[in-house]
Amino acid sequence: MTKSRLVMGPILFHWDENRKKDFYARIADEIDVDTVHVGEVVCAKRMPFFDKHLPDIIERLQNAGKEVVFSTLALVMNEREIAQLREIAEMPNLLIEANDISSIGLLSGRPHVVGPYINTYNESTLDYLISRGAHRASLPWELPMSSIEALCNARKTAEIEVQIFGRVPLAISARCYSARAHGLHKDGCRYVCGEALDGMDVETLDHTPFLAVNGLQTLSSHYLELSTAIDDLKDAGVNAFRISPHTLDMVRVANLYRRLIDGETSSDEVRQSLLEMQNDLAFADGFLHSLPGADLRETLGSRAE
Amino acid sequence: MELVCPAGTPASLRAAVEAGADVVYCGFRDATNARNFPGLNFSRPELAEAVTFAHRHGVHVYLACNTYPQAGSEDIWHKAVDDAVAIGVDAVILADIGLLRYARDKHPDARLHLSVQASASNEEAIRFYHREFGVRRVVLPRVLSLEEIRMLNRRISVETEVFAFGGMCVMAEGRCSLSSYATGESPNMNGVCSPAAHVHYEERGDSTVSRLGNFAINVYGNDEKVGYPTLCKGRFRAMDKAGYLFEEPTSLDVTAILPELADAGVTALKIEGRQRGKAYITQVVGAFRASLDRIANGQTGTRSNLAALSEGQADTTGAYRRSWQ
Repeated sequence: MTKSRLVMGPILFHWDENRKKDFYARIADEIDVDTVHVGEVVCAKRMPFFDKHLPDIIERLQNAGKEVVFSTLALVMNEREIAQLREIAEMPNLLIEANDISSIGLLSGRPHVVGPYINTYNESTLDYLISRGAHRASLPWELPMSSIEALCNARKTAEIEVQIFGRVPLAISARCYSARAHGLHKDGCRYVCGEALDGMDVETLDHTPFLAVNGLQTLSSHYLELSTAIDDLKDAGVNAFRISPHTLDMVRVANLYRRLIDGETSSDEVRQSLLEMQNDLAFADGFLHSLPGADLRETLGSRAE
Repeated sequence: MELVCPAGTPASLRAAVEAGADVVYCGFRDATNARNFPGLNFSRPELAEAVTFAHRHGVHVYLACNTYPQAGSEDIWHKAVDDAVAIGVDAVILADIGLLRYARDKHPDARLHLSVQASASNEEAIRFYHREFGVRRVVLPRVLSLEEIRMLNRRISVETEVFAFGGMCVMAEGRCSLSSYATGESPNMNGVCSPAAHVHYEERGDSTVSRLGNFAINVYGNDEKVGYPTLCKGRFRAMDKAGYLFEEPTSLDVTAILPELADAGVTALKIEGRQRGKAYITQVVGAFRASLDRIANGQTGTRSNLAALSEGQADTTGAYRRSWQ
């Protein structure tokens, strides 16, 4: 059996240049991940801040033996953004992740990754995407285990990837909710999304944690944590596992999942260690079990019986 | 501009036809359409009868088969497309790539429209669906401004349809799992958003709490009208402030900008509300018919008299005006 791939997803949040540079430097030097995503997925306005650093970062990651994937915008709304996509689609020697159908059109015939923002819900769609050059498909977050199994059975040569850690992107809009919460307009947003490094917490009126706002994007409050399902996912045929960057020590997080995927630690130990790193983390695994996505079926110790 | 109107029942379809719809759209009574609510939608015989009735009045019927087929059960969706084509609908509205390919291969002459659930919000995406599957019309997601729609129409060769009245979806359609996060049921997989089976109202002293699944979506004081807990129209708390974080309870109404939409090259206007009753359909469709007829006669400055039907009695032109963002 081939080794499972551990994937560091794109940074979804508007971290400042130094935080991002440090993050990628540590990944290059310290983590045993196979694939690292770069690029801006959420808001085109953030791109100029970091674009200039990307060539160096990509080179450093590649020199460290990582496969680098350039993730594209999830919601493309105008000609300027299309022009940026066309430029990205022409970059040589780089694997690109399509997160909007426009990128699927532009990347046809060239090996690429189908991102989780593309609606790959069934075998026919997966088959079509593979026929156009997709060599890995990262599945939508809301898919239950039965769908994941069916897609793995239909995947042909493509790899199937599932996110196993991190807040789940639930929605994207033309409207910037970070700006709106600050009484600002998107055009004059002052980049306030950058103030919330893991997203702006949103509670219900009775103080139940619910969502997290990240500019145009709305994420889950709970962190997806699928360590208890890794063996089942592997058995189903999933061969790439994505962790999504947060301000937690992602080197430690990645190493925990690396050891779990390689069978060197247990899911209880992974979860316990995550809680030791940040004890107020709330986890969810509902989507996988056909429950509300915010639910948690597998708790600590529940697999030990 | 063509007036495309909703029908959740055969009675609503007749009402829409009589009120002046150019087209009525509906769906089968199952998970293949994005308004899969109890008591709604059409059986095969009902659709056949509806098509005969509409065609006799010179009105077209579109069939929405716009959820994403579930892995392992795609044949339910295939059958919906086959049956709609056999019944003789004038277009099938689809969102899923696999299903589009099926429809194109199996029924090369069928007119295919791209559902808003496919979230095609730019020229490259639209060209892709046109080139690959022969899609003739795209329903644009409610994320584009009027100016963006105008620019888009100059660069694409397919028709565009835009939302004109009804629910104001603030997230890009087909890209939203908020509902399944709270309830386990989603627009893409189950054809429902904030489904009624997961709604609860709870009296709490002087207030009423509306809940969706395990989450409070709003808390109303005695003096406030209690609304349906549509997730993205709820009141939440962020940065120690409570408020309508995503959007106030409001409806979309483009009556005030109809001439601008026509000028931007829009082919069709879609009224939303397949879950609405006959009286609502009659009133909204009638008002839009009158506005469009006035514009066709060279009159301008139309205003809507539909505020009473809007959610929260408030209306908005949403993303069409960039200031909304």
